[in-house]
Order: sequence, then C-alpha cells, then structure tokens
Amino acid sequence: MQEPLPIELLTSPHLKHPVATDVIMRHVAYALMPVAAFSVFAFGTSALLLLLVATASCVLAEHLICRLSDAPSTVRDWSAVVTGMLLALTLPPSFPLWMAAVGGAISIALGKALFGSLGFNIFNPALVGRAFLQAAFPAAIATWTPAFAHGRFTQLIPTTLTAPFLRPPGVAEFISNAAVDGFSGATPLALLKYERVSTETLKLLTGMTAGSAGETSAILIALCGIYLIARKMMDWRIPAAILGTVFLVSLALYVHDPSGYPSPGFMLCSGGLMLGAVFMATDMVTSPTTPLGVWIFGGLIGLITLLIRLKGGLPEGVMYAILIGNAVTPIIENLTQPRVYGTPKVTAKKWHWGQ
Amino acid sequence: MLLREPIRVKTFAHGVHPPEHKQATERKPVERMALAPELVILLSQHIGAPAVAAVDKKQQVARGELIASAGGFVSVPMHAPATGVVAKIDLAPAASGAMTPAVFLKTDPEADQTIPDPGELRDIDALGPSEIVEAVQETGMVGLGGAAFPTHVKMAVPKGKTIDTVIANGCECEPYLTTDHRLMLEQHADLFRGIRMALKATGAERAIIAVEANKPDAVETLRAATPGDLPIEVAVVKTKYPQGAEKVLIKALLGREVPSGGLPSDVSCACFNVATLAQLGYLVPRRQGLIERIVTVTGPGVERPGNYVIPIGTRLRFVLEQVGCGDAARLVILGGPMMGPAVSSLDVPVTKGVSGILVLTEAEVAVRQRETYPCIKCGQCVQACPLYLNPSLLGALARKGEYQAMEEKFHLNDCFECGCCAYVCPSSIPLVQHFRMAKAMNRKRKKGK
Repeated sequence: MQEPLPIELLTSPHLKHPVATDVIMRHVAYALMPVAAFSVFAFGTSALLLLLVATASCVLAEHLICRLSDAPSTVRDWSAVVTGMLLALTLPPSFPLWMAAVGGAISIALGKALFGSLGFNIFNPALVGRAFLQAAFPAAIATWTPAFAHGRFTQLIPTTLTAPFLRPPGVAEFISNAAVDGFSGATPLALLKYERVSTETLKLLTGMTAGSAGETSAILIALCGIYLIARKMMDWRIPAAILGTVFLVSLALYVHDPSGYPSPGFMLCSGGLMLGAVFMATDMVTSPTTPLGVWIFGGLIGLITLLIRLKGGLPEGVMYAILIGNAVTPIIENLTQPRVYGTPKVTAKKWHWGQ
Repeated sequence: MLLREPIRVKTFAHGVHPPEHKQATERKPVERMALAPELVILLSQHIGAPAVAAVDKKQQVARGELIASAGGFVSVPMHAPATGVVAKIDLAPAASGAMTPAVFLKTDPEADQTIPDPGELRDIDALGPSEIVEAVQETGMVGLGGAAFPTHVKMAVPKGKTIDTVIANGCECEPYLTTDHRLMLEQHADLFRGIRMALKATGAERAIIAVEANKPDAVETLRAATPGDLPIEVAVVKTKYPQGAEKVLIKALLGREVPSGGLPSDVSCACFNVATLAQLGYLVPRRQGLIERIVTVTGPGVERPGNYVIPIGTRLRFVLEQVGCGDAARLVILGGPMMGPAVSSLDVPVTKGVSGILVLTEAEVAVRQRETYPCIKCGQCVQACPLYLNPSLLGALARKGEYQAMEEKFHLNDCFECGCCAYVCPSSIPLVQHFRMAKAMNRKRKKGK
C-alpha cells in the first residue's frame, strides 16, 4: 500500500434502504397494470386507447413543463405515468380521447407543476384532472356503456374518436347493438340513486357492471393494493380506515333501515371507492405522515363519500371526498404530531388553540 | 425458581432493520494485532477536557506507564500502549479531520512488551463507591461503545439522584460490528466483575444485561455464567436498530423515558457498554490503564476480517496493511455504518472509542450516491425515528434555513443522529447531514450572541 488510497469522505449513515422514490412509483404503475388490463378486457379497444392517451398526455405535459422551466426532465421518476393511468381508470370507457388528453395535461399542469412539482402538490393530480373534466364535460363523463359488449375489441365506442370541440355522438345505438341484457345506461350507484335499483355485490366484486374504466372490479383492485402493501410501498392504514368507516357506518344505517339504505357490501364494492381508497387516497404526497393523522384522514374520506352518496346530488362522492381530505391534510398533520420521546404529555389543560 | 421464565423479547417502537452483515466476523475469536512501529496517542479522545501530557520528547516509557494525566474531573488519563520512546508531542489528525495534540511514541522492537506482573490482585469488594470511581478514572476508561464519555463520571451518582438499575448494553445494534458479541462469549468473567463494581459504585439494586436476539450464544453463555450472588438479569431484546441507543434501550427495558435534554440518571438508570464493564473488570484489579481495545475490522474492502485487539494509537494505514486491503477501498468508517464517521486520512489513529473499522468499496458507495428526489411525504422517516421526531418536517425546515424553529419548536436537539430517517428515505434526502448542519448553525448563532 504505497500509493495513497483514493478514499472518499461521506457522512453517516453509510447504508441505504434499497427502495427509492422511482422504484415505488414504478411499482405503483406495475400494480395498476392488472386493473388496466381488466378494463381493456371488459370495455375493449376504447379503454386501451383511453389509457394510452391519458398516460401519454401526462408524460408529455411533465416533460414539456420541465423544458419550459429549464429544469431536467422528471419523467423518469414514473410519477406522471401513475397519474395518467389513474386518470384514465377513473373515466368512463366511452370518454372522448381528446378530452382525456386535455385532462392529462391539466392533471400535471394544474394539479402538480403549479404547486412546485413532485412532492409539493396539495391535491392528487389525477383527481384534479378528473374534477376539471367533470366540470368541463359533464355529459361525456356521465355517459356509460356496458361491460363485455359484443365486438368491443373490433369496434370503438362511437364517442371515443370525437373530434376536438365537437359534440360527441350518441351511444344509444351502440348500446342496443351491443345487446347486453338489461343494460340501462347507468352505473350501479346511479341506478341506486335515481331508480332505487340495487346491484348484486358479487357482480360488483368481479366487475361485471358498467362504470369507469378501472373501477369495476373491486376484488382485483384490492388484490393489487395488497401487492403494494406487501412490498411496503403503500400505507395499509389509509384504505383500512376508509373502507372500515364506510363499512361500519353503512352497516349501522342498513341495520337501522334495510329498505332505505344499501347494504354495506354494495357500498364497499360500488363506484370508485375501492380504486380511490387503494390507489388515490394513498398518494403519499397528499396524505398525512403522522400515525394518528392517517386514520383521521381515512375516516374523513369514508364519511364524506357516504354523505355525498346518500345525501348529495351526485351518485358518487369518492373524488370530492379525497380532494377534501387532501385539502385538510396539512391541518390534520399539524394537530397530530406525535409526542417526542422524553417530552411531557400534552394534556387537555395545556392545550390552547392559536398558541 | 426452577420454572423457566417465558421468553419475552423486549423492544421499542419505530427503528429500522438494516442487513446485519455480521457473519464475516461473529464466529472469529478475538486475536492480537502486531504492534505498529509508531503509535499516535491523541490527548483528546474522549468527551470532556483533553488529557495533559506528562512525558517529554525522547523520554523512555514502559508499556502501561502513565503518559498523560486527566485534565479535570470530566477527563481521563492516557497510558503508554507500548514500550518505547516519545518521538514528539505534536498535532495529529483526528477522525473529525481536525489536527489535535498527540503523543507520538516510537515503539521499541527489542522490548518484550509485557506489562509487569501486578502481583496480588486488588480486592474490588473492599473498595467503597468513591474509591471505585477514583480507580475507574485511573484506568482512563471511557465508553467503549463509541461515545467515549469518561466512565467514572457516569459511575459517580449526581447529588439528589439515586440509581436503581445498572444496564450493561450488549445490544451491538450497528451492522457489521461483533466486538461486544465476542467479548460476551470470551470475557464474561471480567464483565461480571465490572458489573459488580458498577452496582457498588452506583448503589443500584440490580443489573440488566441487554443482548439482541441475534446473539443467542451470548445470551446462553451469560445466563449460564451469571454468579449466583449478583442480581443480574440477561434480557433478550429484538434485533433492531438503534436498540442499543441509551435512551431507546432504557425505554425498551424499563418503560422509562429519559426527559428531553436529561440523562439516564434522571430516571434512576446508569447505562454502560459491556466492553467498558469487561475492561474495567480486567483492569481495575490489576491497577492497569486502558492501552488497547477490541476492534472489528471488516467490510467488503477487507481481505482478512476479524476481531482484533489493537493498541490505542495504531494508525488506520497500519491496521489495513495487517488485514489486507486492496485498491477497491473507497470509504473507511470508524465504528458502525449507521453512525460512524468516515475518515479523510489513513493517518488517523485508533482511539479508545473506536469499536470498528469498516472498509466499503465502490459498490456500497454507489448505492448512496443515487439520485435525490424531492420529499414525497411518504412518512417512512416519521415511522422510523426512535424518538418520534418528524424528520420530514425538520428536513423541509432545514432546506429553508429555519434552524432556530427546528430547535425551538421541533426538538432538533433531541436528535442523536442515529440515521434511521436517512436510511429509509426513498428520495435519498441527506436528512442527518441537514440536522448536523442545523445544530452547528444554532451553536454558532448562540456563540455570536
């Protein structure tokens, strides 16, 4: 050892857990793959195009915004891919592609970049995009087509290729051609709300119903979530809190008045609840970091979802519930900071608002 | 008493479990390393006042002879690790990179390097508490787990406080290190003698030896060898980092929390590393000073990893030559990989607080230098911090330069830099580095006032 060794100087800790941010994002995208695949299987080529267009739009928007702000492109962190996939999965399969592209760009630009990009956004970007689309295109976002329609792989739903800024064509003819028994052009939640018709829970679990592209199979979404939880890339407490709250409260209501309220099983498996609870509310950036805060956040989302579904004007409330949860996350975090080791316990007497 | 106690593994909430990497050295008995031609004994290798050199240039010293005396109560003396001649008293690089005063000792290759026979051993049972404290200071003993705080100061119970429990810390939760493990297997008689002294000095009623569950052989050995007259419990704690951190261990074993800014004596505990107690058990009866220590030399960059007895003052360069170290070495760390500082020079000598020398290569360094992302608020650090701090929030404040708020509102000074937060951070944010800088800036600000 005559030559001096070229040793480096770094500060401790010198070990590093192997899971990096881009790895987490990539695995979320992997976990969404089966959900996406099922939506293509159920709704055909239109769903595939919707997924591709929304994802491409998000990635492109992310890349262009980085270029515009003279920053290195952050496309490689995979977060834009996740946003794009989630957005597509919350849209009706018949959704016009150009609108999905607009939604993707809005998700990234308004939902993320405006706040300072990854890590600084207040709201879940995919839901910001969806909320925008719901406000901008209320008709298109409530146009439902049946799952497992005949010829879904060989023909597109007529609305898919609507030219930009033109009114989408009607889908009534497509639906009657598809010849699915008893399809009324509404999702299970809408059926319940406006016509007081309930759908079997088993159908909801397996995804044999109409709905947004990726929301229909509750069991598949839950399995994909379990994969992420097992890999410790998702906080299990958030879906547990949301689903637990929805289950318990709707069970209480159902027991109280079985004819006036839907069963808890229906509530858990219908609409966007499973997708929202597993993949949207668990977005790390927009959920609390404190142990108690996570439970409060989940409970709040569950309650608001039920409130909108049962008492509100819309059939579905998961999107707004999560956005409201995102909005109050900083307050929840502030109020639930854990007690630091060796510091006195906060008692009711010492607690003063505004101090 | 014939009934076996049910196996209860105690632990704390939070923390991390990095790969242990102990298999390279945990089965290797302690062996002696050759004597280097020159030793550099830093006068300040403990927390507290530096020692004062008691020898002159060209003076002949014998192995074990006093070469520097304690510079106060919170200070310890130094003894010659080898027979030889004082070459000079000059500045030498410490692990921190600073140049600090040191005694340079040229070892005598002709001398037989044996310590004179102490004759009749001192009867430790005859010593009173204050005599034990004095005897401990005379050995120059400091915390051998890494903190290097003078041991006699911890043994002297502060006025108005009582100690009911002595904790012998054999957790060794840092990955790679195996010195305490070997020592508990090979030197348990000394350890029990050390505990006997600690019990007497502090007036405690009982002692607990805490050992992580990954060392079942040590637990068995200690349980079998526990002297019947000593109130000692060997407690198995979960293998988890930082189980061996004083505050964390006290909570795990006794459910007590050391108050923020306080000491273990505030909750009637005294916590010593098992190596410290074992060395005391050996040295005090013989009236000798601490001149060498067991060091785990390991890591992917080391050809012959092992647990070596290394004289204090041996330069890292010499140690690495002895164990074989190819060109692959990129990072040389004193202590464990989670808290140990990397050194900038191989001229840095082994000090009393060095429990390990870890050599990492390009592969391990590359993992650390992966891309940094913005904080995604995943909360992993919040769930890892053993003291329930919010590293994510502290990191954000550090980025903004809000150092004062970090200290006053978010308990920055409770952070003992265990590194759990930076270890788990998926965005590779150098949190511990942020906190060190914030602490330094706060110290500077207070000095300026």
